[in-house]
Amino acid sequence: MSLLGKLSWSAIPFDQPIIMGTVACVAIVILATLAWITAKGYWPYLWREWITSVDHKRIGVMYLMLALVMLIRGFSDAIMMRTQQAVAAGDAQGYLPPEHFDQIFSAHGTIMIFFVAMPLVIGLMNFVVPLQLGVRDVAFPTMNSISFWLTASGVLLTNASLAIGEFAKTGWVAYPPLSELQFSPGVGVDYYLWALQISGVGTLMTGINFVTTILKMRAPGMSYMRMPVFCWTALASNLLIVAAFPVLTATFAMLLLDRYLGFHFFTVDSGGNAMMYVNLFWVWGHPEVYILVLPAFGIFSEVSATFSGKPLFGYRSMVGATMAICVLAYTVWLHHFFTMGASAGVNAFFGVASMIIAVPTGVKIFNWLFTMYGGRIRFTVPVLWTIGFMVSFVFGGLTGVLLALPPVDWQVHNSLFLVAHFHHVIIPGVLFGCMAGYNYWFPKAFGFKLDERWGAAAFWCWFIGFHLAFMPLYVVGLMGMTRRLQHYDVLSWQPWLLVAEAGAVVIFAGIICQIIQLATSIRHREELRDTTGDPWNGRTLEWATASPPPAWNYALLPQISSIDAYWLKKQRALAHQAQPAQEREYAPIEVPRNSAAGFSTAFFAVMSGFALIWHIWWMAAIGVFGIFLTMLVFAFREQEEIKIPAEDIAAFDRAHQAEVAV
Amino acid sequence: MRYLSLAILMIGVAALGACAEGALDPKGPVASAEREILFNSLGIMLVIVIPTVLATLGVAFWFRASNERARYRPDFRYSGRVEMLVWSIPLMTVLLVGGVAWIGSHDLDPPKPIASTEKPLRVQVASLDWKWLFIYPDEGVASVNQLTIPVGTPISFELTSSGVMNSFSVPQLAGQIYTMAGMVTRLNMRADYPGTYRGMSANFSGDGFADMHFNVGAVPPERFAQWVASTRSAGPALDAQAYADLVKPSKAVAPFTYRSIAAGLFTRILSAGLQPPAGHSVTYPGSMRAER
Repeated sequence: MSLLGKLSWSAIPFDQPIIMGTVACVAIVILATLAWITAKGYWPYLWREWITSVDHKRIGVMYLMLALVMLIRGFSDAIMMRTQQAVAAGDAQGYLPPEHFDQIFSAHGTIMIFFVAMPLVIGLMNFVVPLQLGVRDVAFPTMNSISFWLTASGVLLTNASLAIGEFAKTGWVAYPPLSELQFSPGVGVDYYLWALQISGVGTLMTGINFVTTILKMRAPGMSYMRMPVFCWTALASNLLIVAAFPVLTATFAMLLLDRYLGFHFFTVDSGGNAMMYVNLFWVWGHPEVYILVLPAFGIFSEVSATFSGKPLFGYRSMVGATMAICVLAYTVWLHHFFTMGASAGVNAFFGVASMIIAVPTGVKIFNWLFTMYGGRIRFTVPVLWTIGFMVSFVFGGLTGVLLALPPVDWQVHNSLFLVAHFHHVIIPGVLFGCMAGYNYWFPKAFGFKLDERWGAAAFWCWFIGFHLAFMPLYVVGLMGMTRRLQHYDVLSWQPWLLVAEAGAVVIFAGIICQIIQLATSIRHREELRDTTGDPWNGRTLEWATASPPPAWNYALLPQISSIDAYWLKKQRALAHQAQPAQEREYAPIEVPRNSAAGFSTAFFAVMSGFALIWHIWWMAAIGVFGIFLTMLVFAFREQEEIKIPAEDIAAFDRAHQAEVAV
Repeated sequence: MRYLSLAILMIGVAALGACAEGALDPKGPVASAEREILFNSLGIMLVIVIPTVLATLGVAFWFRASNERARYRPDFRYSGRVEMLVWSIPLMTVLLVGGVAWIGSHDLDPPKPIASTEKPLRVQVASLDWKWLFIYPDEGVASVNQLTIPVGTPISFELTSSGVMNSFSVPQLAGQIYTMAGMVTRLNMRADYPGTYRGMSANFSGDGFADMHFNVGAVPPERFAQWVASTRSAGPALDAQAYADLVKPSKAVAPFTYRSIAAGLFTRILSAGLQPPAGHSVTYPGSMRAER
């Protein structure tokens, strides 16, 4: 046993020009960024204000930045796959050999779900939920920071597999027996498992944190039925996280035991049963879909109400539908494997159960429609994303119901029809939702709006590109093309795949527009500046404070007497304009102190994860000990909070009131 | 936007009609029934979905802020009648499609034999890395990556895998079923027209997966009898040694046949996965298996 376990120079794929080129580019970008930060002397600022920050707003922003960078990585994988399938027809083998192509589609799925969609959704919840609840932070601020840094650890490990070793070649679901040591002896599956185990712990802690925050920390007077709908969807989503992620962790733990210690949970021999993995994976996997899409539904609710200048139609219905989906999410997992030979009764039951979820979802669509009805709709960028979602998502839902019919599923299961379907719900559903949320809450986070024209251009590219890229996949799926094909012999599929490739290029243009939108907005931030804290004429509490909000969010905790609390306050202010603003009494506020615990935990977690992947046992032990030590130091800290004096708060708040009055 | 998505939809529908391939061009009773269920449910749902999309676009356009004629109702937040409507429309649709799902799952259950006066032809299928082995137990022959079947005769498949999961799929004849080591799954189908139909693995199984497809030759019964006779007279025998060679991973294997098969081969493939490493004795419950 060597000191470095399985690690050697041969782990670096020097013979693969595509990989080495990518690695070189990424390395140059990272080094340039680090050099720039060093040259500018930004390290102390970054350490103090961001890396060790436990402020939910900062953590939310970091989640979003992480997600947007990973979106570019995941999209690069996507366009490589589309290009491969566009050219590898007939006798052509394309430019990617199977062992590389297989890693790309596995990495694409893993990254897009765990490191793009999840951080987007969790980042927005982080930023928005405490503000909407009218409180000063989440329940466990330091744990929140640890959650973020553990997610970042998973990201780092996944991306390290590009340069050192390989990633899983099993698809993002990593079904055994293929993912067992017998059939996947390399480190790819280990990268997959450890990256997701580490980030999964972070996600579980996020779930605990937000369930606690929403249940226990609302502003005075904010009963459940006065909570903004986004908070309801966040509650549902986090309840799902708390119940579902331990299943994933346990399942992966069993697969790890198989791979590391010769257990037989899912192996071919000695009584292992791979179907059990498939069951458990989807017991997590289906609720995961709703973990992602419910907060997006919440964003659409906020956006449609705000920009229609109306309350959300059927608030109680929306809450009921959200919680119904939250419960029903656990009754449908078997529809991912109607093709594994379950009895007719079982298939029929899960087919019907899956369709029942379409009922609350359909109700939501109608309620957004009636929210717009009678409104004065301002076609801002968030509204474009919302309407784009509504007209697209219903078709994605429709193909979902088709797939819930076992006889139809037997035909198109695992085909590109399926691939088209889940992209049809995840892109217009989750991604469009998060883009709406990003454009909607950006001015709250940074004090200036995003450029509307580039934002609209980005939307149109995404909307058109999405349909161009995925509608042809429905067709080839019905023509019999299965997913994950590195090449194919049926020439009649190729024209459709060329159209899909064109769609991917249009989506790429959309991503470019988003980058330009961000850059040009930063450059013109003075023209786009919002001093009121309420650029959209909002309805919920987050618009009542300054943009960006101070570390303490609210100088005085708001008193809530209805839903759309801020809207009501503005209406009353209009009605009683003559009354002088009452004099506020400020008290000192305690905010949680910065902590390096998150960063330190993540550092040692990466060390352990990497060591376990490469069987470097001594290093794994150091990593685990490091995490233990970090926890110990954190537990014995002397100062938990810092007190902000009342004068500082008063000065900030008076300045903000003065700006609003102007 | 709306015209574009509609246009894309139209092109899609037109394309579906035009391309005679896969699930949309069934050549047997099972695939035909599955296509009918697809079309019926699609029709039922489009009746709801298309008006919803049009209404969304219409409402969004009419109630745009610049439209002076649209009536602003800033307090329209609840209507019992509308609520009733928005819950009942999807509920009724799902009731209808759910019925289709329930009946379809039972009628087309893959292990269910096809009603016919003819005795079904038994074929045992094993997915190997990365090719398909088809055993004809009653005829005593076997073939690799080529399935020959008689037209009009029901075919009854028993399927398993030598290792990783695959999915046996011939879209023009029937929906797919997984092949899993140590377990048997069943599928029944019939070809009503002679022809060559594409079959493949529909579940990713490793590096050689892309070439794991095969042709199903549906031939008249007398041609099938001829095929059996000629297969029996030539080619290698599939004994334990030949199987051990065959099961080694190989990609893009050209079709060939075996003139004879060792007795009980399929059962041995099935139980090969179940054997504990030498020296152990393990029993395990059958309840989690696809079939006891």
